[in-house]
Amino acid sequence: MKIRLDHVVKTFETFRAVKDVSLEIESGELVALLGPSGSGKTTILRMVAGLEYSDGGQIYFGDQDATDIPVRDRGVGFVFQHYALFPHMTVAENIAFGMKVSKVKREKAAIEARVAELLRLVRLENLGGRFPAQISGGQRQRVALARALAVDPKVLLLDEPFGALDANVRRDLRRWLREIHSELGITTLFVTHDQEEALDLADRVVILKDGQIVQQGTPQEVCRDPKSAFVMKFLGDANVIAAEVRDGKAYASGATIAVSGLADGKAELYARPADLDWSLQGPGIPASITRVLDRPDGRRVLATVETGEHLEFDVEPERAVKAGDGGFVTLRRAKVFAIG
Amino acid sequence: MSATRTGRKPPRVGDAPVFRRLLIGIVLVFVALLILAPLVIIGVEAFSKGWAVYRDTILHPDTQHAIMLTVLAALIAVPVNTAFGVAAAWAITKFDFRGRRFLLVVIEIPFSVSPIVAGVAYLFVYGLQGIFGPTLDAWDIKILFAIPGIILASMFVTAPFVARELIPLMQAQGRDLEEAATSLGASGWRTFLSVTLPNIKWALLYGVVLCNARVMGEFGAVSVVSGNIRGQTNTLPLHIELLYHDYQAAGAFASASILALIAVFTIIAKVALERQGAGRVRASDPSAANPAEKAL
Repeated sequence: MKIRLDHVVKTFETFRAVKDVSLEIESGELVALLGPSGSGKTTILRMVAGLEYSDGGQIYFGDQDATDIPVRDRGVGFVFQHYALFPHMTVAENIAFGMKVSKVKREKAAIEARVAELLRLVRLENLGGRFPAQISGGQRQRVALARALAVDPKVLLLDEPFGALDANVRRDLRRWLREIHSELGITTLFVTHDQEEALDLADRVVILKDGQIVQQGTPQEVCRDPKSAFVMKFLGDANVIAAEVRDGKAYASGATIAVSGLADGKAELYARPADLDWSLQGPGIPASITRVLDRPDGRRVLATVETGEHLEFDVEPERAVKAGDGGFVTLRRAKVFAIG
Repeated sequence: MSATRTGRKPPRVGDAPVFRRLLIGIVLVFVALLILAPLVIIGVEAFSKGWAVYRDTILHPDTQHAIMLTVLAALIAVPVNTAFGVAAAWAITKFDFRGRRFLLVVIEIPFSVSPIVAGVAYLFVYGLQGIFGPTLDAWDIKILFAIPGIILASMFVTAPFVARELIPLMQAQGRDLEEAATSLGASGWRTFLSVTLPNIKWALLYGVVLCNARVMGEFGAVSVVSGNIRGQTNTLPLHIELLYHDYQAAGAFASASILALIAVFTIIAKVALERQGAGRVRASDPSAANPAEKAL
């Protein structure tokens, strides 16, 4: 089911949570809403679900205007950040709940068969009789997903699905959710503030800031071509170096890089730790190394340039660098954004 | 650290032996004098003229009527206030509306105001010189000095009991469970019955037990509005006072023993319900919907 948001607005009291957001999610797509807290991502998700009503604009499910359809009849599966499992029901009863209360009457045997099937899908075959308090956080989230899928939703919505789990469980569940999505092909929208999670999991990432979409695209598009300094910074570690643009080139204390489409004037140069390198000869930004951090996959160098700015970059594990060394930071690649 | 600890432990802060004995001693004396002694006296005095007198007092038509009236007041006031309490708690914790905080404060008023003030207020509202008095009189509806007045006064005094138990619990539980149930297709009523109610049942029962005890024991407000007509508008507490003023001490104590018995049952029920987790917000229920829950 294709979802389309058309100029959606939501205001809480005096706070504009969502400002004129238009967005299309293709049928079968897995899309991440990514943004810092307060960016309106959860509000958008809740409006798609029908848990909040928009103050303006329209939400379409396929060709149908779903804006005013109550959550009960909207046919969405919603997975809450803190699972929201019914604590007084067993895992199996939780999963069966939607089928039992549905307006579509189902045979008891049919419900039981479907519960067993879903328990298999989320790999919890033996835990049907347990209560939510008796299983782990990762298992609870899988039960929550099974419960949401039980009513054959047109759309699956997940609010920070792995936010409350520890890093390892998170990574496993991410891969697993991706597999389930490929298997079922259900249109899925999920909210996260974790850029790694969004990039790992989604077909398309929608980046939000202050209730507006600042950029959307495939993980490759947003990573390789961030359209603003905000997106650049939000997606990962970035060094910021003051620069000046003249005649299609950006100059940053000894380093130059070609830029296009920028007017002459002050600018900022953004470079990921992997975009910088270290060299004993110029040209480059003169700097001295203050610390070297050894990590499993390489060495992270902290350096200070003459103007007092700090830079971080990665070099390969074999490279002999140490605190106190002097040399030049060179640019492999960088993004330049005009100031203001 | 604990492996090397042997011998006497240093006293914890505020746990000096003298202080400790003194404090426990004072508390015990207070409990004995102020709480236990009167209860014992009730038992002793009730049977001071023998079992026959006790039985006669209980079986006396006026006492029987007082018991009936008290039970009637409870049978009406408790369900009404339970329904009100659940509705108020639901509205306050699950909806956003203007005046929510104000409502929260207003519900608590009967707790802080003296019941006699409520009684007098009812006189002014429903009395002959009151606002609705003449109209009610014209329609021949008797509220004051009649059973409706007693029930109204009881309801006023006990209005907050159920709501007060439920609001902190439901606040801590948040709205996730109801939202989940609704998104799965459950109706509002179904959501309440199969999701909300099971999670509040012990607190609800706890509130009902406390509410009932208070309705049956209420004296101040009821005494103002009932008119104390023997055998007609006398509840059990009023009946006890009347007997006492008639110098029928044994009768008064016999009637009082019934109320004391109700109190004992209430306490047993209360302790049993607290074991089930009612009466306090569970501090760390791993299955609770909201991890940021806090005791309110």
